[in-house]
Amino acid sequence: MSKTFTGKPTSRRAFLRGTAAAAAGAITAGAAKAETPDPLITEVQPWANGFGDGVDATPYGLPIEYESDVIRRNVEWLTADTISSINFTPIHALDGTITPQGCAFERHHSGAIELSKQDYRLMINGMVDTPLIFTYADLERFPRENHVYFCECAANTGMEWAGAQLNGAQFTHGMIHNMEYTGVPLRTLLEEAGYDTAGKWIYVEGADASSNGRSIPMEKALDDVLVAFKANGEALRKEHGYPVRLVVPGWEGNMWIKWLRRIEVMEGPVESREETSKYTDTLADGISRKWTWAMDAKSVVTSPSPQSPITHGKGPLVITGLAWSGRGAIKRVDVSKDGGKTWETARLAKPGEKMALTRFYLDTEWDGEEMLLQSRAMDETGYVQPTKTQLREVRGENSIYHNNCIQTWWVRPNGEAENVEVS
Amino acid sequence: MSKFLKSTTLITAFALTASPVLAEKFGLGRAALPEEIAAWNLDVSPDGSGLPEGSGDVLTGEEVFAEKCAACHGDFAEGVGNWPKLAGGQGTLADKDPLKTVGSYWPYLSTTWDYVNRSMPFGNAQSLTNDEVYAIVAYILYSNDLVDEDFELSRDTFLDVEMPNAEGFIVDDRIEAEHAIWTGEPCMENCKDSVEITMRALVLDVTPEEEGAEAEVVEPEPVEEAAAATEAPDPELVAAGEKVFKKCKSCHQVGDGAKNRVGPQLNGILGRAAGAVDGFKYSNALMEKADEGLSWNSETLAEFLAKPKKYIKGTKMSFAGLRKDEDIAAIEAYLSTFAE
Repeated sequence: MSKTFTGKPTSRRAFLRGTAAAAAGAITAGAAKAETPDPLITEVQPWANGFGDGVDATPYGLPIEYESDVIRRNVEWLTADTISSINFTPIHALDGTITPQGCAFERHHSGAIELSKQDYRLMINGMVDTPLIFTYADLERFPRENHVYFCECAANTGMEWAGAQLNGAQFTHGMIHNMEYTGVPLRTLLEEAGYDTAGKWIYVEGADASSNGRSIPMEKALDDVLVAFKANGEALRKEHGYPVRLVVPGWEGNMWIKWLRRIEVMEGPVESREETSKYTDTLADGISRKWTWAMDAKSVVTSPSPQSPITHGKGPLVITGLAWSGRGAIKRVDVSKDGGKTWETARLAKPGEKMALTRFYLDTEWDGEEMLLQSRAMDETGYVQPTKTQLREVRGENSIYHNNCIQTWWVRPNGEAENVEVS
Repeated sequence: MSKFLKSTTLITAFALTASPVLAEKFGLGRAALPEEIAAWNLDVSPDGSGLPEGSGDVLTGEEVFAEKCAACHGDFAEGVGNWPKLAGGQGTLADKDPLKTVGSYWPYLSTTWDYVNRSMPFGNAQSLTNDEVYAIVAYILYSNDLVDEDFELSRDTFLDVEMPNAEGFIVDDRIEAEHAIWTGEPCMENCKDSVEITMRALVLDVTPEEEGAEAEVVEPEPVEEAAAATEAPDPELVAAGEKVFKKCKSCHQVGDGAKNRVGPQLNGILGRAAGAVDGFKYSNALMEKADEGLSWNSETLAEFLAKPKKYIKGTKMSFAGLRKDEDIAAIEAYLSTFAE
């Protein structure tokens, strides 16, 4: 579940904290000298003296209370209601690439339902030799695979088309998560039912009241789509489709049907609401692109960023962020500190993996001057993440979806950062 | 046992690849029964395949719509607050803010039928009869001026309806239109002559606050408000009003830190002159009334909320109105608890 906040726009507290720390840090360059001994060291602290919790205190653990601000958040004015709505992953506060399920963004159209494994049924029908029903237990008897994939909502960064709007990486880029899935290739299930090769499409739908359904070309269905029941080693959370969801690597999150209940092999696409009235991209001339499934290469600096200001003053600074592409592996990420005049190539924590998040770092020295931070991803197809101006030149401002533009954070001498657009 | 050995060999043979390669069937699952398929296989395709028997006309649809859909979508499918507008917007797709509705945007009628049938009403999905779905869809078409008021929708007339934006879509062409130009070694140095900040998120002021900020500014309560607060409204009525206010909430904020959104913030609305909230751009119609001296009290607010467009012809408020007097009284009680 996420938390809604209303009220004033900047995190004034974070800003003040940042300023004070920056001032303190500015006094010394190089290793600092303490004037008085640190009581945290010289005095015996309670945790060094008494007991902590026993092993039976927390049968299933949550993050420690000091991390209570690392949570999903929603933007109340975006949707009419929280039942058919979205929240955002706190990417500004995470590191590495795997998103913990508990703070991975949620998007549902009729609320997160509770469907037990016992009540779960999966139907395959349409152009197949034998229409089949699987129980959850049946699915666990097929050979399984493990893959790490990102899931990005097509509307991620969608509020930024017309201008810099939301002040935080969580809000501009947080409709994304990245998990290790365990599941059965969809191909295996289609073969089990004996799919007709004349069936060029499948239609997949969920069990919730929204009946969210999407048409997927058979070619993709047979390639790498997974019928998944575990994420990051444990059962899916209900908000992510427990007990079974579809994983459609590299393609927009709306196609990753949750609470998957039916797969129909068909000749043509259904042209459901979610693939006509929504998830289509209107261009400047009023014509709309449809079937825009793949998520193009994209990246964002997650820290420093508006919700993660620099609090230590000048000196060593870790600039970090995430990059991903729905068309393959990330090959390179460049970072600019001056709004795109000059670029340095960042260090990838690991070589990019196909359709999965890649973490990048730029280990640098901050001179305490303002920065216009940007990152630019390149994937294995040779595609280079475009600027917002380039995107607008092709698409106008009404596309809503698939905004993969280069993001700019204006970092000021006090360490505070703001979402801006630059020329 | 022999089967076990065979599969072990297979696993060894394919140990170098990550995925299991097994083409034979596993014999898992069971055959789906026709009744089961019929219960779930409800989707309707653009050619009308999947449509069940039944029919419904515009006038029946108007009644069903008023009862089951209008709370969110408005009596005329014009949408209430942030809830989807289903009618209007034709010819706006190339505008700065296009209005996408069934009439202006949806390319296939099958999509409307299918979605209403399987997913609506919101919170009570799959409760409509086939005839009701036909009738609702007929009314939505009528609201978009796509059929006459004597139109009846059925499988027979389904393909007669022409959707205005049927030709308005192209298949994803990003590879040709974009990848071709955004590929190759990018610039690393002297990429621009100058960099100017052209837009700032803080100017827009729409980001949710994180925590605690509301406690930092405590303004003293003006004395006259303390006096007004002594006439405490009935708590039950206030609670009922809070529920009714959900209909207003997507456009109006009220309470601590309330800001202008689609509609003005409503703190201290009772007793306030109409059109007086700073920074909100009111309709000309409302400002004319304000110039005539309109102020919001129990009577004027009740009259406005019952039929906004009748009371102020030309108001921007797209809300259809509250039908029940008790809802209006409840809203008034609820709003009276918020001082300026």
